Amino acid sequence: MLMNNPRTGADAARFEAPALGTVYGTLLNFKGALAALGDTVHQPPLKAPPQAPVLYIKPRNTIATDGADIVVPLGVDALEVGATLALVIGRTACRVSAANALDFVAGYAVANDVSVPHRPYYRPSMRFKCRDGFCPISTVVARERVANPDDLTIRVEIDGIEVQRGNTSQLIRSVARLLADVTEFMTLSPGDVLMVGVPEAAPLARAGQRVSLLIEGVGRLDNRLVAEGAAP
Amino acid sequence: MKRARVAYAGAIHEATPHADGLRLADGRVLAEHDVVWLPPVARLGSIIALGLNYADHAKELAFGAQDEPLAFLKGPNTLIGHRGQTRRPHGVSFMHYECELAVVIGRRARRVKRADALAYVAGYTIANDYAIRDYLENYYRPNLRVKNRDGFTALGPWLVDAADVPDPGALALRTTVNGRVTQQGHTRDLITGVPELIEYLSSFMTLDAGDVILTGTPEGVIDVRPGDEVVCEIDGLGRLVNTIVGDEAFGR
Repeated sequence: MLMNNPRTGADAARFEAPALGTVYGTLLNFKGALAALGDTVHQPPLKAPPQAPVLYIKPRNTIATDGADIVVPLGVDALEVGATLALVIGRTACRVSAANALDFVAGYAVANDVSVPHRPYYRPSMRFKCRDGFCPISTVVARERVANPDDLTIRVEIDGIEVQRGNTSQLIRSVARLLADVTEFMTLSPGDVLMVGVPEAAPLARAGQRVSLLIEGVGRLDNRLVAEGAAP
Repeated sequence: MKRARVAYAGAIHEATPHADGLRLADGRVLAEHDVVWLPPVARLGSIIALGLNYADHAKELAFGAQDEPLAFLKGPNTLIGHRGQTRRPHGVSFMHYECELAVVIGRRARRVKRADALAYVAGYTIANDYAIRDYLENYYRPNLRVKNRDGFTALGPWLVDAADVPDPGALALRTTVNGRVTQQGHTRDLITGVPELIEYLSSFMTLDAGDVILTGTPEGVIDVRPGDEVVCEIDGLGRLVNTIVGDEAFGR
């Protein structure tokens, strides 16, 4: 799964990425994504804007590779594409400071945190985010090859047409700040993955469409959506 | 059969119960306190937990009827074994244990029907699923800062073979804090029972060997403080001991 990425060049091929551990996602970490909730963050059931990072786990059955088909379940019209930068942890990270947080990152990848569209965010069912294959992750590029993880353009194309564009400069918690705040209460181990958040206006894709996620300097991730029960 | 994983004299061992404590696979017999108890499953996969799966506890927390089981996930950073320590941070006002029947999946399960579900279970153990209510926020409940903290899922002491637990819906469970009974319940009162949980989860996600389902907790959760000894017991499975410690024990 975490083979070296041929797209990143020969010198990256010396990089040994760790085997994947637990995959954590972050919600509402883009300014625009939080703003899109508007006044609902003050109304029930949310009642207040988030204080700590909003995190969740993508279990191991969701992990998939570049090129894998993503199954659109029966009765679901379209899936939400969650384009995100994924940090792959290289060293045990417990109570790291923002100042040296990036030292604990082995590398970066492109991840698609796929969801069945759902609201509200109060207590969503695992059915929406934890289906088999709902978290394709690209090959990993070594940390040294990414000059600044807080200035990366994230793009989504569906059937070759750009449908979303964001930049990690718009994160509420920068990559380092997020690592510091998360490891204050939970240890991340080598191979664990922390997805930093999805930009606002996550696009929808339907069965038959090809979804491409591109992060400059990190890589790309291509997956096709197929209808449940469709012939391969 | 009951099996534990323990660390002793520089190695990790499988152990079984013995009149004097436990017996390592290599024959050494040891007292319970002589070993470090690890979670009884070596390669744990996904840790799935149920919220509000006993009607009385749901009522205790003022929740109404539910459309489907309220399941969430925990990470392996939370795991500790029998006789472990769990840290209560300074300044919080309500940290509580949750005694739960834990179901360990034995083989790949996808779209399993409830009538067949127990055939996919390797065994059972006891879980103590801690939470700090001060940190509860209303986004993706229960948010990870409440429950996914290091050392917040005690598991053990034994993995009890499924064959030795003919009906996981017929087990009494209780918690004592410093010897006083604070929580009592019975798995017949699960809103969604073990076979139904396996059917529900495997309807949208493939379960694999080593995945664990923590089935929820009955009413009777109270605040616990540094120095408290919390013992979760389930009939036939044993007793899982945990001690609450303060920040000092962690150099904070």
